[in-house]
Amino acid sequence: MAEFFSGFLLPLIIIVLKILAITVPLLVAVAFMTYAERKIMGAMQLRQGPAIVGPFGLLQPFADGLKLFAKEQILPEGANRVVFYIAPMITFFLALVAWAVIPFDYGVVLSNINVGVLYLFAISSLGVYGIVMAGWASNSRYAFLGALRSAAQMVSYEVSMGLIIISVLLCVGSLNLTEIVRAQETIWFAIPLFPMFIMFFISALAETNRSPFDLPEGESELVAGFMVEYSSAPFALFFLGEYANMILMSAMTTILFLGGWLSPLPFAPFTWIPGVVWFALKIALCLFTFVWVRATMPRYRYDQLMRLGWKVFLPFSLFWVVLTAGVLVTFGWLPK
Amino acid sequence: MIIQGIAFYVFAALLVASGVMVISARNPVHSVLYLILAFFQAAGLCLLMGAEFVAMILVIVYVGAVAVLFLFVVMMLDINFRELRQGAMEVLPLGALIGLILLAELAAVLGGWIVAPGVDKLAAAPTPAIDAVSNTEALGRLMYTQYVYLFQACGIVLLIAMIGAIVLTLRHRAGVRKQNVGAQIARHRDDVVVIRKVTTGEGV
Repeated sequence: MAEFFSGFLLPLIIIVLKILAITVPLLVAVAFMTYAERKIMGAMQLRQGPAIVGPFGLLQPFADGLKLFAKEQILPEGANRVVFYIAPMITFFLALVAWAVIPFDYGVVLSNINVGVLYLFAISSLGVYGIVMAGWASNSRYAFLGALRSAAQMVSYEVSMGLIIISVLLCVGSLNLTEIVRAQETIWFAIPLFPMFIMFFISALAETNRSPFDLPEGESELVAGFMVEYSSAPFALFFLGEYANMILMSAMTTILFLGGWLSPLPFAPFTWIPGVVWFALKIALCLFTFVWVRATMPRYRYDQLMRLGWKVFLPFSLFWVVLTAGVLVTFGWLPK
Repeated sequence: MIIQGIAFYVFAALLVASGVMVISARNPVHSVLYLILAFFQAAGLCLLMGAEFVAMILVIVYVGAVAVLFLFVVMMLDINFRELRQGAMEVLPLGALIGLILLAELAAVLGGWIVAPGVDKLAAAPTPAIDAVSNTEALGRLMYTQYVYLFQACGIVLLIAMIGAIVLTLRHRAGVRKQNVGAQIARHRDDVVVIRKVTTGEGV
């Protein structure tokens, strides 16, 4: 019995506590992300944004959340009940499980696996299922069109994203996320791989269905796209999942290109600040850019979106992989 | 370790169950969803064997790309699957025969490791010890050194298949307006706008 406790139960409890330590701050971050988006966009459009609930409107996200969960749940007629309810769960679940491999600081990671990048890539490529299943199960034209759009869009941008990740991996020589950050101690990959950094960020916008690539929702043509039939808690799950995915993509950008938890300058006043804070600050910077793009750019036309993915990003990232490999081999910089 | 054993049986049982559901589900979309579930169980089994790279690639390639396109197509098809299934019982013996042949082949290959002496050494001979190098490195070393020609040949076969698919489906329709981004950007103001002084009452 004692062996059972020390060998199985105790590690289980510790892991569950660690998961809570990641998930709870993440959900709070998601809540305040919705608030920050409205405030930033308000400022950019010379409005106030939410300002009534709590000081500076800080309690607005919680009021919204409560309101959403208190609303009536509606199951559309002819909808596929099981798939209809599983879809938002999948979206939300996938947005959370990816955080298992994210290193917040040196050694501060739930599961330090060898193939961390592949795990992240796999999880982010699964995000399309929540959307496709929601669109199909809703039994609605708008939702279905949104789902089809998103399936094509996410698969297209994954291809170039994979190639961009490969060019980073060539410079690291490992698939482990901690190793990727440590390889940037001399220089962040955003500098030598600058075009890839920009392209990765744009692909992340497309992968999270954010403006200017928010065609799956496209409220001006498809009402609300794949989630048009959802209300109450399932809708809230989609909403939370979308924002959690944005934070996840920002974390991926930070780890791959902006040096993860490393301080920008490797000497005294900067190194006093703990790595977690730097990591959070860099994620916040990426998220700000997400919102900034949304407030600035008009929506892409669908054929232009596909053209950008297949005819611009794919050839260029393929070229860059060959270039990176060539430079590394020519100058003997290949990592051991 | 007992937990590994439990995990194996859970994965294996779910894999078989979802495999059965793939062919017995009435709704074709449900079939594809069960197929995805089956892929996940297979990835879980790969993880249990310590083949983490294969597991992740399985999820990325099959679940993340192939099954999405599959689902995409099945959702858009408007076929009465009940009608389609009418003749299924007639081809059942053929299907069963193919299944039996595959089973026999698997048994021959896997049984070979046990029955024939020395074959089991061949099976894992090129792979280095699992604690010496990581999974990814071992695979890479093997594919890009010993099996590099076969690997390239696979690539060429896939490339030909891809070109074939494009050739078969590409149709140039007349009268379709296409956007030429280069021409749009290269357009200059002087080429398209002419400013003329028009005297009143005379027109252009």
